[in-house]
Amino acid sequence: MAYSSKVIDHYENPRNVGSLPKDDAHVGTGLVGAPECGDVMKLQVKVNPETGVIDDAKFKTFGCGSAIASSSLATEWLKGKTVEQALAIKNTDIVSELSLPPVKIHCSVLAEDAIKAAIADYRKKQQAAEAPAAAQPMI
Amino acid sequence: MSITLPIYMDYHATTPVDPRVVEAMLPYFSQHFGNAASRNHPFGWAAEEAVETARRQIADLVGASPKEIVFTSGATESDNLAIKGAAEMYREKGNHIITCVTEHKAVIDTCKRLEKDGWRVTYLPVRKDGLIGLDELRAAITDKTILITIMAANNEIGVLQPIGEIGAIAKEKGILFHTDAVQAVGKIPFNVGELKVDMASISAHKMYGPKGVGALYVRRRNPRVLLSAMIDGGGHERGMRSGTLHVPGIAGFGKAAELCRLEMEADGRRLRELRDYLNERLHRGLDEIYINGSMERRLPHSLNISFAYVEGESLLMGINDVAVSSGSACTSASLEPSYVLKALGAGDDLAHSSIRFGLGRWTTKEECDYVADKLISVVTRLREMSPLYELAKEGVDLSTMQWTPH
Repeated sequence: MAYSSKVIDHYENPRNVGSLPKDDAHVGTGLVGAPECGDVMKLQVKVNPETGVIDDAKFKTFGCGSAIASSSLATEWLKGKTVEQALAIKNTDIVSELSLPPVKIHCSVLAEDAIKAAIADYRKKQQAAEAPAAAQPMI
Repeated sequence: MSITLPIYMDYHATTPVDPRVVEAMLPYFSQHFGNAASRNHPFGWAAEEAVETARRQIADLVGASPKEIVFTSGATESDNLAIKGAAEMYREKGNHIITCVTEHKAVIDTCKRLEKDGWRVTYLPVRKDGLIGLDELRAAITDKTILITIMAANNEIGVLQPIGEIGAIAKEKGILFHTDAVQAVGKIPFNVGELKVDMASISAHKMYGPKGVGALYVRRRNPRVLLSAMIDGGGHERGMRSGTLHVPGIAGFGKAAELCRLEMEADGRRLRELRDYLNERLHRGLDEIYINGSMERRLPHSLNISFAYVEGESLLMGINDVAVSSGSACTSASLEPSYVLKALGAGDDLAHSSIRFGLGRWTTKEECDYVADKLISVVTRLREMSPLYELAKEGVDLSTMQWTPH
């Protein structure tokens, strides 16, 4: 299989590998894929509560070189974006940036899913943080 | 000593032709180019002499008589001839064949073809160590069983089936016994008399000979095995395999067999040490790696290891200057799952990928060191990147997690 030079670069020098504290209220975690499909991605974003901008993103991926590259690229793109801007990232953007062949398009789909899952997790945490205040039983 | 990249460590797939073998082949291309079936002139005689020398050299390697060696185009043809030829010849006697799930495709697919034509085939399971159970074999035998075909050494995991015991059972029951001995012959002692084998498939290119030539050992006494020919024509090879003989290839095959007979013991000892060294280095450098198949009953030059929490294609991408074969127990987009590893139950834990290391005549310790260093660094790096490794280290049971298959 021939990989594009960008895929090889991300595979050899992956950006933003690692983990953020998943219990942090400002961190959203997405874990998508399945081992039996040969791809699992964990993508995390940390949103600045003042500005609403993602100021850190990390990933860990079990998968082929294209899956690693897709998630690595996603973390690069996420940094500096607002949550809304992040949700606008499309898998096709990843496909064209990395020149993924048709058999590897699912890797970009998974990366988009991971972004959406991470942001959904972040939003759930935000709502949960607001909700208990209202529902607090009186003592 | 320096090493040259890429490193070849895939000797189960094929082997380079030994220079001494090339030497033995050369005269038969342009100088002694005769047809071995030309009985009335010296060109034919020279070719025939080369073929008969080779036949003896191959017979000597496996303890057969030269007349019991039938030349073919390779082991796939030998397997086809043995199984289909026996099935057709002994159809009156019965329609049942016993084989095993981890056989090479040349055996499995041949059996599947026969099933379509009305034969019954039992595919014996293997245990976790890759070996069949003799009790299961005995239980599978019926009065319709005409043939047992079980490989001597497995091409993927290198385990050695209990051929001698299977031969004894087959003999006791009066059933023919064929073995695909491609990976074993020339690498470990293999004697058709001691092992009570009736037919054995052999390939030249797996033992430092040329591609495109193989042989089928066909027993002539106790019992005399008869086969229906699969290729009709001039009646070469005692009528079992028509077609002009590939004289240079056969001459090389013979020389390769002679070299194996003389050097097998020393080669085997050296490769076992190197294999064990490679294995030990990998185990010292990495946790959660597992050997596939029995370590005790195994070819000396063979090692198959699963690396947990690392995906196969990314692993191969990281070791692209090392030629090995990879199998995975799981289906990924690009790597076919290995039916052999699945049969061992390796598919139960899905996040593994495995590598088959095949060492050979020119493998050096320096190469083993390079391969070990490279694998340790790539696997370590990929695990640092693997969410599965992280989860496993946190104590999460991956098999109970809710995943989102896509």
